[in-house]
Amino acid sequence: MIVTQAKPFEEILKMLEGEKSVFVVGCNGCAEVCETGGEKACVDLKQKLETSGIKVVGCATIDFMCNKLLDSLKILRHKEKIDFADSIIALTCGVGVQAVSSVIDKYVHPANNTIYLGGFQGTWPSQERCAECGDCVLDWTGGICPITNCSKSLLNGSCGGAKNGKCEIDKELDCGWENIYNRLKKLNKLENLQKQVKLRDYSKMFPNKELRNTTFYDVEKE
Amino acid sequence: MKLTELFSKKFVVTSEIGPPKGCDVSKCLHEAEILKGKADAINVTDNQSSVMRFGSLATCHFLKDKGLEPVYQVVCRDRNRIALQSDILSAAALGIENLLLLTGDHTKLGDHPQAKPVFDLDAVSLIHAVKKLEEGVDLSGNKLDGEPPKFSIGAVVSPCSDPVEPQLIKMEKKVKAGAQFFQTQAVYEVEKFVKFMEKAKQFGVPVMAGIVVLKSVGMAKYMNENVAGVYVPNNLIEELKKDKEKTKSGQTGIEIAARLIKELKPYCQGVHIMPLGWDDKVPKILELAGL
Repeated sequence: MIVTQAKPFEEILKMLEGEKSVFVVGCNGCAEVCETGGEKACVDLKQKLETSGIKVVGCATIDFMCNKLLDSLKILRHKEKIDFADSIIALTCGVGVQAVSSVIDKYVHPANNTIYLGGFQGTWPSQERCAECGDCVLDWTGGICPITNCSKSLLNGSCGGAKNGKCEIDKELDCGWENIYNRLKKLNKLENLQKQVKLRDYSKMFPNKELRNTTFYDVEKE
Repeated sequence: MKLTELFSKKFVVTSEIGPPKGCDVSKCLHEAEILKGKADAINVTDNQSSVMRFGSLATCHFLKDKGLEPVYQVVCRDRNRIALQSDILSAAALGIENLLLLTGDHTKLGDHPQAKPVFDLDAVSLIHAVKKLEEGVDLSGNKLDGEPPKFSIGAVVSPCSDPVEPQLIKMEKKVKAGAQFFQTQAVYEVEKFVKFMEKAKQFGVPVMAGIVVLKSVGMAKYMNENVAGVYVPNNLIEELKKDKEKTKSGQTGIEIAARLIKELKPYCQGVHIMPLGWDDKVPKILELAGL
């Protein structure tokens, strides 16, 4: 079970700056239990977005967004609508955002912050990993997590240590930042790399008081 | 003296020394003294290649005592933002005026592969942190007591990387964060460097081309296999192979380095020579290069 919290709506609006239409996908797995995925959360977000003048071209839920096969099938079914949208917004955990990003050449924005995984990496995980940083950065890295894909977890681009696209610590390991660069280039979003200096806020990694006081959190701890 | 004040006056030359594994710094200070009057400043590496050594800050302090101008290298691998800011304030009080701020190699590459890799900040955010200190506040926005420090802030770039675009993007980010001069990774391909500079000159900051003295054929091949952004072309490897005795004595490496400097000089504002222990060869290189 993965715990997610919805990002503040203002942050979501900021991500969507310059975009007119989105396709909303929500996860029916862990995120639904946290009320940050599933149909209800999708409908709520859809209404909020439309009130703010952003057209929602369609909505879909996927049982476990950490599973790329399920993602591909659902995306394929809605492809026509998705083609019309400027981007996708995903109500899921960090693993889910990365999984759905990897199956479509479309920009995917994360709607949630992933807080407490306790080492759990999704119901049907593949190679995507989430570091439960509590401050999801997948929005400006094109759906590839720099915290789990870069051996130094750097936030401001590659360290310059990669050779032929491979990390300095292991010739079989892709340089996460080179993958991010290639993906942003493909999506015509290289300007993201020029964004302001990013600093990790480690205090966000710890579940806050409100979350620690929910029954649900206690059940998870058991 | 700040390096940034020199670029308008001359073609700047820096070299570098690595502190010892142990606390006897006499040999490394001696290596630095060979360069007195020849190099404008001397970089002191910070636990280079993730190998635990004597500290860069203390070595810089000793260099100052000997009348040499140090460039304090700071990497983000071993200290979090609290320790980094603290050490940089200490450097200011010790009269150290030049910084070279880097992300640093991963701990796995060094002699303590079990160590926790910190990387709380990276090169860009460390430059940002120093800029904040210069504005009189720390990274959290708390006011510093007294006069804020003032440095000449250096950073690194890898001009012969393939692809080079991410390097240029990051270079621009470093300039925007506050970097005032650049030292580059080793350059052996002059044409690639010239092309890089055509794009990099728009940032308006001085660039010092990196020169690593070639010691042997094996070293050249090793770098081609393992060192990011470095490629020693075949003609240079052939030159090293031609006269084994001459290469062994260091003469071939000296000649290649001097020739590279001459060829690169019209396109950059200085050179940074990394002798990797061959400090005694630097004066000869500079002489042959006409500097």
